[in-house]
Amino acid sequence: MGEHTVASFDEELEHIDRLIRDMDELAAAMVAASIRALLASDNAMAQRVVSDDAIMDARQRELDDSAITLIAKRQPMAQDLRAVVGAIRMAGDLERIGDLAKNIAKRVNAVGQSATPRNLSHGIDAMADLVLEQLRGVVEHYVSRNAGALKELRAADEKIDVKYTAVFRELLTYMMEDPRNITACTHLLFCAKNLERIGDHVTNIAENAYYVVTGQQLPADRPKLDETTMSASAT
Amino acid sequence: MNIMTEASVEQKLSSGTNEPSIKMKGEKVSVHYGEKRALFDVDLDVRENQVTALIGPSGCGKSTFLRCLNRMNDTIDIARVSGKITLDNEDVYDPKIDVVELRARVGMVFQKPNPFPKSIYENVAYGPRIHGLARSKAELDGIVESSLKKAGLFNEVKDRLLESGTGLSGGQQQRLCIARAIAVSPEVILMDEPCSALDPIATARVEELIDELRQNYTIVIVTHSMQQAARVSQRTAMFHLGYLVEEGATDKMFTNPDDKRTQDYITGRFG
Repeated sequence: MGEHTVASFDEELEHIDRLIRDMDELAAAMVAASIRALLASDNAMAQRVVSDDAIMDARQRELDDSAITLIAKRQPMAQDLRAVVGAIRMAGDLERIGDLAKNIAKRVNAVGQSATPRNLSHGIDAMADLVLEQLRGVVEHYVSRNAGALKELRAADEKIDVKYTAVFRELLTYMMEDPRNITACTHLLFCAKNLERIGDHVTNIAENAYYVVTGQQLPADRPKLDETTMSASAT
Repeated sequence: MNIMTEASVEQKLSSGTNEPSIKMKGEKVSVHYGEKRALFDVDLDVRENQVTALIGPSGCGKSTFLRCLNRMNDTIDIARVSGKITLDNEDVYDPKIDVVELRARVGMVFQKPNPFPKSIYENVAYGPRIHGLARSKAELDGIVESSLKKAGLFNEVKDRLLESGTGLSGGQQQRLCIARAIAVSPEVILMDEPCSALDPIATARVEELIDELRQNYTIVIVTHSMQQAARVSQRTAMFHLGYLVEEGATDKMFTNPDDKRTQDYITGRFG
């Protein structure tokens, strides 16, 4: 796409894109840190995630301000308009991801007190890896305007849902084995649920990014694997 | 569980909107000004009771096309029009067509308000009188009043109908010109940048008026304001260097146009 006749218009659009990239990097860092803190019972790291959320909120407000000002000043059309509106919505999802990471971090203390079933960490760890891969990929594909990759990424959320169902079953088993595990396992279950929700927000971002890039909406329901029908009891 | 396929949803959403019929049709319309060709084989339909916006950079041929629709180009000696333009399937360039009558059916409002240097009343009454549309003074009064009302001007001028039309503000003058165009009961109204000389408030009133007039008239508007085209029209046609680049539903043209040139023009990336 060529440049605008008014050069500062391009700069303002780039600024908004840069804020989205920043927010995405911050969101990924928060999610990664919250999971590391959870698995290592690291309260200090958890505390940092909680305080990072304030930065995330500030970024979102800055993006909102920039976007509103740009609309008022430039009256963007076509792909420019989609980019600005899309950025506002993507920022909303990234901010929610920050909240969910903060929520995981807040549970670190509660889980750490009890005897956590150690082997359980594998399930959550693997789930977090999938989520992080999605989260980092989505803005990368957005920045490179790769519609095909965004579509694939959206479909890949399925893997997270399947993993979540597995973690859910596993946690149930531990709780049934020994009721003393219930407190910790419930917190872990919320953490797993938060990761699953983060995956959903990434899906939203992918849909928005796809719309910005192509001007087309992806079909409302993405293809689902059969296994997820079993997860209905878990959600 | 109620599962709807995408196709059935789409069908449901679109079933309420019937395609309006075609009021004017341009087929392979070309215009030469002397040696210079200004328009290249333009095919464009104007649909009934819709506002069609013509956009494009200066010199793209949009005003030239507009002026073909009521043969205003006839007034330019060196202009030569080829191709076919029909109004209700009737060829407007047919030699048997009375041009004066055609221009009564296809009225025009210009960029700069150009009221006659006569009273407000006379400005509106002139057309109906020469076309013999009123049989009595009372009937003519009725036409003047209803035209001014339709143009949203009556309340502002009802106490000074005999004052000069040129004494009105720019926005009022433009609405007076619209009233003058309406007075002869046209079927189509052509507007060539009707708001470019008006302030934002007068512009808003004219835009509001355009939306109301659409109920009874078919409107074609040339505008340099992208936002205006997006606001007032249902269909938009994009011209560039004498070619029709793209034509389609306004909503789509301003959010996701197909052609790169349209994209570049409406987003401010041209030239």
